[in-house]
Amino acid sequence: MSAPTDLNIDHVAHLARLALTPEEKAKFATQLGDVLAYIEQLKKVDVSGVEPTAHAFPVYNVWADDVAQPGLPVEAALKNAPAQRNNMIVVPKVVE
Amino acid sequence: MKYEAVIGLEVHVQVKTHSKMFTRVAAGYGHDENTLTDPVVLALPGVLPVMNKAALDAIIKAGLMLGCEIAPVCKWDRKNYFYPDSPKNYQISQYDQPICLGGEVEIELPGSARNVMGEHKKIPLTRIHLEEDVGKLNHGAMESLVDYNRAGTPLMEIVSEPAMHTAEEAFAYLTSIRNTMIYGGISDCDMEKGQLRCDANISIRPVGETKLGTKVELKNLNSISFVRDGIAHEIARQIAVTESGGTIVQETRDYDGQTGASQSLRTKEMAHDYRYFPDPDLMPVKVDEAWKARIKAECPEMPFVKQRRFFDQYQVPYTITSVLVPDRELSDYFEEAAKLSGKSQAAGNWIVNDLLRDLGAAKLPLADSKIKPAHIAALVKLIDAGTILNTAAKEIFTEMFTTGDMPDAIADRRGLKATPTDAGELEQWCRDSIAANEKALAEFKGGKDSAINAFKGPIMKAAKGKANPKLVDETLRKLLASM
Amino acid sequence: MSSELFYKPVTELSSLLEAKTVSSVELTQAVIARTKAVDTKVKAFNSFDEADALAQARASDERRAAGQARGPLDGIPVGIKDVIAVDGQPLTASSKMLANFVSPYDSTVTKKLKKAGAICWGRLNLDEFAMGSSTENSAFHTTCNPYDLERVPGGSSGGSAAAVAAGEAIVSLGSDTGGSIRQPAALCNVVGFKPTYGLVSRFGLIAFASSLDQIGPFSRSVEDAAITLGAIAGHDPLDSTSFKTEIPNYRDELKKRKGPWRLGIPKEYFGQGLDPEVAAAVEKAISYYEKMGCEVKNVSLPHTEYGVGVYYIIATAECSSNLARYDGIRYGHRSKDAKDIIDLYFKSRAEGFGQEVKRRIILGTYVLSSGYYDAYYLRAQKVRTLIRQDFLNAYKEVDAILTPTSPTPAFKKGEKAANPLAMYLSDVYTIGVNLAGLPGMSIPCGFSKSGLPIGLQLIGQPFQEAELLSIANAYEKAHDWATITPNL
Ligand SMILES: [Mg+2]
Ligand SMILES: [Zn+2]
Repeated sequence: MSAPTDLNIDHVAHLARLALTPEEKAKFATQLGDVLAYIEQLKKVDVSGVEPTAHAFPVYNVWADDVAQPGLPVEAALKNAPAQRNNMIVVPKVVE
Repeated sequence: MKYEAVIGLEVHVQVKTHSKMFTRVAAGYGHDENTLTDPVVLALPGVLPVMNKAALDAIIKAGLMLGCEIAPVCKWDRKNYFYPDSPKNYQISQYDQPICLGGEVEIELPGSARNVMGEHKKIPLTRIHLEEDVGKLNHGAMESLVDYNRAGTPLMEIVSEPAMHTAEEAFAYLTSIRNTMIYGGISDCDMEKGQLRCDANISIRPVGETKLGTKVELKNLNSISFVRDGIAHEIARQIAVTESGGTIVQETRDYDGQTGASQSLRTKEMAHDYRYFPDPDLMPVKVDEAWKARIKAECPEMPFVKQRRFFDQYQVPYTITSVLVPDRELSDYFEEAAKLSGKSQAAGNWIVNDLLRDLGAAKLPLADSKIKPAHIAALVKLIDAGTILNTAAKEIFTEMFTTGDMPDAIADRRGLKATPTDAGELEQWCRDSIAANEKALAEFKGGKDSAINAFKGPIMKAAKGKANPKLVDETLRKLLASM
Repeated sequence: MSSELFYKPVTELSSLLEAKTVSSVELTQAVIARTKAVDTKVKAFNSFDEADALAQARASDERRAAGQARGPLDGIPVGIKDVIAVDGQPLTASSKMLANFVSPYDSTVTKKLKKAGAICWGRLNLDEFAMGSSTENSAFHTTCNPYDLERVPGGSSGGSAAAVAAGEAIVSLGSDTGGSIRQPAALCNVVGFKPTYGLVSRFGLIAFASSLDQIGPFSRSVEDAAITLGAIAGHDPLDSTSFKTEIPNYRDELKKRKGPWRLGIPKEYFGQGLDPEVAAAVEKAISYYEKMGCEVKNVSLPHTEYGVGVYYIIATAECSSNLARYDGIRYGHRSKDAKDIIDLYFKSRAEGFGQEVKRRIILGTYVLSSGYYDAYYLRAQKVRTLIRQDFLNAYKEVDAILTPTSPTPAFKKGEKAANPLAMYLSDVYTIGVNLAGLPGMSIPCGFSKSGLPIGLQLIGQPFQEAELLSIANAYEKAHDWATITPNL
C-alpha cells in the first residue's frame, strides 16, 4: 500500500471537480492523512487467494426485457433545471 | 526513409433496441429534444440501472458473427469523467471483463478496377464491449444546449488490434463492420445519425521496424469518407513532422472533415484518469452454451461467405455479387429470383442493372418495389423461352415497375409476345434469307458458327419482329445442316 | 408509555382506526400538532407538507369508510428520511446542492407504503448525503437528541430516529450504509432495523455507497418494525441488486417463534473504547437471554478491526462516483459565478457540498485513482470477503449475534466534529453488518446514569429477518425501556 503522503489534494480535487480553498486543502490533507494512516493496517491482512466481494449476494443475469415504456414529459424532465431554453439544458459553451 | 503506418480503430455501434441500455424509456433518433428521458436517463437522485436483455443478445450476435470468444462471465464498470453530455458523470461500460474477446473482420481492399475483386484480409479484433451512449450538445456562440435523448442508448465498442496500415484498409474495415452489423440486424449503422462512429489510433514507423511508434488518437471521424481522408491526412502529417526532424507527441486530435485539417485536443499529460471500478448497481452476466447456441442459430451468413457461395452456386460474376452481397435484403431477393427462374445470371443482371437503376431514380427502397422476385423470374423465363424479345422485355420491365403486374399479362395486353408463326411461312423466310447471303452461308459452312446471325435480320424483318428467335435459330440450323 | 395518540404504536393505532375510535385525520392532526410543538427543539424535519399529509389521511379514512382499508399501516403517518424520493415532494439529502430539488418520481419504498395506505409524512433530516453519525453534517441544521437536546441523535438517519422518539411520526424510514439506522436508534431509544442487503429496494434512495446502502424502519416496538418492514420489503425489478425471496408475514412470525436461540457474543465487540455503562447494559440484556434459556456462547469475528478501514475505502470510492451527478447542470445548485463549463463544475460542487461530503469525495477519488486501485479498493473488497466469512462461520454455531450498537451513548454536539477519524471509529460495531450484507437491528436496552439511551444490536443471518425480529421481540416483551419517553 502506498504511503499516505502520496495524497496529492490538488490532483484529486481536480479529478473530482471540487474547488477547494487553501484552508480546506490543508485541513483535508491532515485529516485524510490520518485516515489513510489508519487504513494502512489493511496491509497486515493476508488476502492471497481471496476473491473480492463486489456484491454481498452474487446473482447473475438480472435484466429486463426490451419493452419501451413511457418516460418523463419534457416539462417534468426539465423542472429542476437551473437553466433551460428550447427544451434543452443550457450550459456555458463546451469547447472540447 | 520509407514509413509504414500502424492503425487501430475503435468503432462505436449503436445497438438497435426499443428501449435504452439501462432503463426502459424508448431509444430513438429524430425525436423532439429531451422527450426520450426518464429519471434514470437524467441521473436524477436515487435512480438505478437495469440492463437491457436485447442489447446483450445483440452484442453476443455481433461477437459470434465476428468470430469472437464470448466470455462466460462479464461485468460492468464505471468509467468516471465529467462532461455535460454524460448525465451521471460516469459511463457504465466494461473495463477488464468485456463480453467479446478476440475475433476478426474480413475486409476487401479495392481491386485494380471497379469490376475486379480486390485482395481480402482479416483484421484481428481485441474485444467488443457494451456500454451506454451520451447525450448531444448543440453549440451556440456563448452557450451549449444539451439534449439527452441519445443518452443511455446501447452502444457497442469494437476495438481492433493495431493491424491496419493504410487509410484504405481502415475504410474497408469500417465498411465490413457496417455490412456485418446491418446483416445481423444489430444496427442500421447510419453514420449521419451517429449510429456508427469511429476513432483511430495512428502511428508510423520506418518500414522494417517492429516496435510501435508514438500513437495519436484521431477523433470525430464522422463519415465513412472522413475516416479514409482523416487517417490519410494524419499519416501524412506524422511523416512530415518526422521527416522535418520533429517528434510525434502522444495526443488526441480532432479531425475536421470539412477543412481536412486536424488540431490537438489534449496531450498525454492531460489524459483522463477514468477511475474504473465495478458498478455496484449491476450484477454480472453469465453466458452459457445454450444462450450462445440460441443466438448462433439467429446469425445470418456473413457477407463475404455469401459472396463466395454466389460465385459457386449461381456462377454470378463479381460485378453482380459485389453489388448484391453488401445488401442482405437485396441478396435474399436475388437468391429467390435465381431459384424461381433457374437462370441466376440473367436474374442477377436484371436486378443489378434495371431494378436498382429504376428504384434509385424513383428513390424507393427495395421493400417498396412492386417488382418482386417472382416478376423477375417470370420475365427471365419468358425471354429464355423466346416468348418475348429483349427489346420487348425492357418495355415490360418498365410497366411492371409502375404497375406490379406480371410480365406475361403485360406482354399479352400490349401485344409484345412473339407470335407463333406458321412453320411453313417461317421456313420460307429462312430459305429466302440463306439464298440471299451466299457469303454468310460459305462462312457458316466453313465452321464460323456466328455467321448464322447474319441470316436472322431479314427473317425478323419479314416477321415484323415477332418471330420466336429460338424457333428461327432452330429452323435455320435444320436447313443449313441439310445444305 | 404516554397515552398520547402520537406515542402509540402502529399495532394499537391500527386497532383504533379499525374500530373507528380514531380517524386517520385525527391521528395525523395529532402528529402534526406534536411536530409543531416540539420540532423547534428537536429539529428532526427539513420540511413537512401538512396539507399533503391531511389529504392522504382523508383518502385513508374514505377507504376505511368504504371497507377498503389496506392493512395495519393504512392511515398511519410514516416519516421519510430526506434521501428517499417521494413524488412531488422535496428531496434534499440535507444538502445545499439539492436545497430546491423536487422529486418527479416515487421511490419503490414510498410506492409500497402508499399502496399499504400509509401517509408519507415530512422530510426528515440527516447528515448531508447520509455521510455522518450525528446529523451535524446536515446543511440545514443539526437535529437534537430528544433525551438531551445538547447531544446528537446519531446519524445519518438522526431525523428519522428523533422524530419517532419525540412522537413526531409513528414510524419512519431511514437508510443504513454503515450503521445509519441502528446507531441513531440506539441513541434515541427506538427500534431501528437494517434489512439484509437486497431485501428492500434501493430505487429512489439517494445513493451513498451502493453496495452497502439499505432502507429500513424506525419504530417504538419490534412488532411495528415487523409491520413496516413487511410493507417495504420484496423484490423490485427496478433495482438489479434486489433479491428474489419470499417475504413472510413478519408480524405473524414474531408470535410463532419462541426460541430458545443460540446467541453468539463476539469478544472483538467488547474491547477498548466501549463505554462501561453501555457494556453493563448490553451484558445485562445478554444475561436476560441466558435466563430465558438461550444458549449464549462466545464467537470470534477476527477481522473486525479492519472493518472501519475497509468501509471507508469502499464507501468513499462508491460515493465519489455516485455523487458525480451533482454538477449543477440538469438540477441542483449551480454556481452564479462560473466562467466556463469546467469552472461551473468546480464552483457548483464546492458551493453545494459540505465539508464531510467533500472529504469523502476526495478520499474516494484518491483510492480509485490511477495506480492506487489495487492497493486500496481491490484489497478492501478482499478483506470484505474475509469479514463476511467471519460472520458466516459464526452462524454455523449460532442463530444471531449480540453486541452493543454504539460504543457510547449520545455524544455532545461538536464533540467529534473536528476529528473525522474519531467519528468514523464510532461506527465500529455497525459497519461489519453492512460489509457482510446482513440484517441487523438495534433495540433499547437501558439508560446511562445521565439518562441517555443505550441500544443492543442483534445481527442475524442473511434473509432471516423473521428470526431476528423474534429474538428482539422476546427481549422487548420483558422490558419497558420504550415507555421512557423524552421530556420535551
Ligand atoms: Mg474507448
Ligand atoms: Zn466507448
